Amino acid sequence: MNTLTFLPKRLLSAIIILPATSTAIAQTPQSKQVGNAVSHNWLLFACFIALAMLVAALFLLLRIQSSFNKLKEKAGIENPGIFKRYFNRFSSAQIDDLLKQKNNHLPVYITIALSLLSVGGHAQGAGSSLTDQPGILITIVLIMIPLFAGLLLMIVKAARLFRRQQDQHNIREGQQLAVHLQSMDQQVLEEQLLQRKAALDFHLTNHELSGMEAVLDKKGLISETGTEETIPFVAVKKKAIKRPDIAPELARLIIWYLCCAAFWLVLGTTAGEYLGIKFVSPDIDHTSWLSFGRLRPVHTNMVFWGWSSLAMLGLGHYIVPMVSNTRLYSIKTGWYALALINGAVITGSLCLMAGINNGGGEYREYIWPVMLLFAAGLVLTLHNFLQTIARRTTKEIYISNWYIVAAIMFALVITLVAYLPWWQDGLGETIVQGYYMHQGVGMWFMLFTLGIVYYFLPQQLNKPIYSYSLGILAFWAQIFFYTVIGTHHFVFSSIPWWLQTTAIVGSIGMIIPVCAGFTNFLLTFKGAWHKLAGSYTLPFFLTGVVFYVTGSLQGTAEAFRFTNLLWHFTDFTVAHSHLTMYGIIAFFAWGSIYALLPRLTGREAPQITIGAHFWLALIGVLFYTIPLMYGSTLRGIMWMEKRPFIESVVLMAPYWLWRAIGGSLMWVSHLFFVWNVYKMLAPSKVADINETAIQQLKAAYQSRTNGTFQQS
Amino acid sequence: MELFNNHKKLFGTALVLFLALTLLVAILPAFDNQRNNAVLPGYERLSASAAKGRQVFIANGCVACHTQQVRNVEMDRAWGARPSMAADYAPIHRTDLWRNTATLMGTERTGPDLTNIGTRQPSVDWQLMHLYNPRLLAPASIMPAYPFLFRVKKDPASGEVIVHVAEGMPEEGYEVVANPEALQLVDYLLSLKQTTVPDGKPTPAFLYQKAAAAGKADNTVSVDGAELYVANCQACHQPNGEGLKGAFPPLKGSPIVLDENPELFVDIIMNGYTGRMKEGYGAMPAVGTNNKLSAAEVTAIINHEKTSWGNSAPKVTSAEVQKIMNNIATSSKTPKP
Repeated sequence: MNTLTFLPKRLLSAIIILPATSTAIAQTPQSKQVGNAVSHNWLLFACFIALAMLVAALFLLLRIQSSFNKLKEKAGIENPGIFKRYFNRFSSAQIDDLLKQKNNHLPVYITIALSLLSVGGHAQGAGSSLTDQPGILITIVLIMIPLFAGLLLMIVKAARLFRRQQDQHNIREGQQLAVHLQSMDQQVLEEQLLQRKAALDFHLTNHELSGMEAVLDKKGLISETGTEETIPFVAVKKKAIKRPDIAPELARLIIWYLCCAAFWLVLGTTAGEYLGIKFVSPDIDHTSWLSFGRLRPVHTNMVFWGWSSLAMLGLGHYIVPMVSNTRLYSIKTGWYALALINGAVITGSLCLMAGINNGGGEYREYIWPVMLLFAAGLVLTLHNFLQTIARRTTKEIYISNWYIVAAIMFALVITLVAYLPWWQDGLGETIVQGYYMHQGVGMWFMLFTLGIVYYFLPQQLNKPIYSYSLGILAFWAQIFFYTVIGTHHFVFSSIPWWLQTTAIVGSIGMIIPVCAGFTNFLLTFKGAWHKLAGSYTLPFFLTGVVFYVTGSLQGTAEAFRFTNLLWHFTDFTVAHSHLTMYGIIAFFAWGSIYALLPRLTGREAPQITIGAHFWLALIGVLFYTIPLMYGSTLRGIMWMEKRPFIESVVLMAPYWLWRAIGGSLMWVSHLFFVWNVYKMLAPSKVADINETAIQQLKAAYQSRTNGTFQQS
Repeated sequence: MELFNNHKKLFGTALVLFLALTLLVAILPAFDNQRNNAVLPGYERLSASAAKGRQVFIANGCVACHTQQVRNVEMDRAWGARPSMAADYAPIHRTDLWRNTATLMGTERTGPDLTNIGTRQPSVDWQLMHLYNPRLLAPASIMPAYPFLFRVKKDPASGEVIVHVAEGMPEEGYEVVANPEALQLVDYLLSLKQTTVPDGKPTPAFLYQKAAAAGKADNTVSVDGAELYVANCQACHQPNGEGLKGAFPPLKGSPIVLDENPELFVDIIMNGYTGRMKEGYGAMPAVGTNNKLSAAEVTAIINHEKTSWGNSAPKVTSAEVQKIMNNIATSSKTPKP
């Protein structure tokens, strides 16, 4: 073929010319002004533009060439199939017109066909950012003007050529169509046209599925029959589906757990918010009980043991018996555990504010008598859950129960290891601290929460978890790797080097369970993404899943030795712990609470306040963490450069302000959450129409029967 | 699978795995550490007052922002002469029946590391004033103020320690007096000094020294007087060189700073000064000796102070300062009559 040999030739010559032109462009200004790095950058940029323009021109050329060839080829062959296509393009009105004309015996098909086939040419605007660049060297502009103009001209010419070709082609086709139509049997043509018109004019009656019968919902499938009377201000989401009835005693217990959790969330984050404000305004108060060092552990411990733990345990009391297909072993034990844990948080917080703490290890600030209450609560819960599982009526133990029971067992182990005195002298305390603080997060909160997600995510998506075996893999991998990573909080400290290395390697190993879990959750969403838009719980789960992978892998990244140089001791750690404890744990807990509470009480929270909660919390935590991570990186660099310390404090000021702003949004979102919990619990104060009617009828019936009784 | 369907076996296996790993990465290394690390011979036990001060430090959660660990990386050299070692923490035992061991290593450095604060900032006056309100000394500081460790009193008794605060504070006739807890806390802070490792025992090296080696090559030319002033002097004498009335004397217009003979100036930097205590100013610690400043660094500081804030005295040379420093060293070595 002629074109086939022609094109590569063009290509080859263009490739040879390209570097030659670009170097020529580059050389001219370089000889004029030398050594300026900025202008050199501009030069490179200009060369790049020139190159891009040449490539564009070349592309255009190739396109034109191939289109012309196609047109030529088409013109040569008479395609009978094409007339069928044109025939089908007739609209109903056009057919009417045609039939009318036919009856009038007026051969005007050509004009019809022409009007049918008129296609506007489409000239493409030559988009170039050249004129937008103010600082570009004049010489470069001068060199580029002709190039640019040439390109423009080429585009215009090509477009015109293209349009003309198409115009001619269409006219030719139209004429052929007309001839074809005329040559056909006119009877057949008319029939076909009428048939086609009937087909085009066909409409559904809108009663095909329903028929003309009145609606009768024998199976109670339709819940909402009213029509929308007002413009929906908030998108209407799916209502909670009624679940098998929960024993009212169990429901009461779970509700109390969740309410206590919500209370500690608000109180704990109020403390956190106040601490964030203290970074911006350190002299806001001078009360010893509220001083920063005392209040910080109050915040962390309260959201750990008060909010997250109680929320998890409350949800656990629902999940464990539900997936065991049996009743909770002892409701009373549940109440004792709740009281003990609440007692721990109350006394612990008071102790910390009074200046009584365990010596400063993070999340180990409660003294042992306080933590004993918490541990006792866990022992009771463990016993209760194990007894429930032992009485299960299913053969298998659903994976949620693996995670939940393991989490409670491990939490007890780490608490014992952290509080028993025999291995705590000197650095022994630090080694245990590293182990404890990380297992607290990974083995208690994360493991338990994963158990919750393995139940509520499939339930909310109404489909099974994507892969059970991935869940099993994640379970064992989590135990294996997570247990050894604790000391990555003390990289470069005086604890043994091999222990630090083990921790770093373990942190990398965490990629396995995290990716297994993440993949599993995400693939459970597969094929059900459309449900996301129609649900007010799934956005919480999806956010949690995303933070699960980003937050956890960020932890892996932080464990490397170099990143420790940069980020350790800075607020990056604080940002990380909020991404995880808030982004993962809290979001999953909220999603689950919004899924569960309506099923216990039969009442749902207003969608608008749930939406407000979600968005404020999400935007808040991003405002909180992103500036903090950015500022902390700068601070780490500053420390590596050995700048005076106070400079790094001044540097952080704006990022601390952003943190306080993000924290405020988060805090407001918690107020919405509490309001939503209240709405899910409190009976409506406005009278229910149906209930009123029934009461009135009852009363009427009662008085009638009473009346007949008295009469008789 | 039987293992997965039998709750005793399943949870038992998980627990055993977890316990085994716990033993390996937490309990055994912890035991090993406490058995194999003795207290360094040069370690000085905390005085009774400093030990009480340590309790104040713990109770107020100072560890939330202040670490006490010098990592074995070059960037931590600012906080100590050598990296911390396991032996440094060996003297720390369980606080009491109720409270666990407090190594106070910390995980956040919102404020400076305190491993060597006793050497770096040994001025009691500064420490007390700083505790009363850090922003009196460093306006950009975000450290909490601890006025609850002090009391405002009329006519303090002779034994009580008066803290100099800003002018006009507190009211006329009243003084801010340090409570015992404040004094104990300062005692504790001043006791925080790195113990020297006995000769022959290996000390850990600082890692990531590449940049430092490059810096050392042009050490002689790149000493920045302004930066050294920020790191060593500004805490008391303030960025504007005006000091704080009643606490730290001004360097702006100071006759010692402007004197053409730098002998006393160098002596004060190296050995501290008590000459103006009668005027109500605090004692100056031996900043130069404590922070191991070289002659070049001292010269840079002197020249910065001689030419800043409106001061304009002739500069001194490094050789001159070196000579004075040598003299001071020999005179302090020869026993005084």
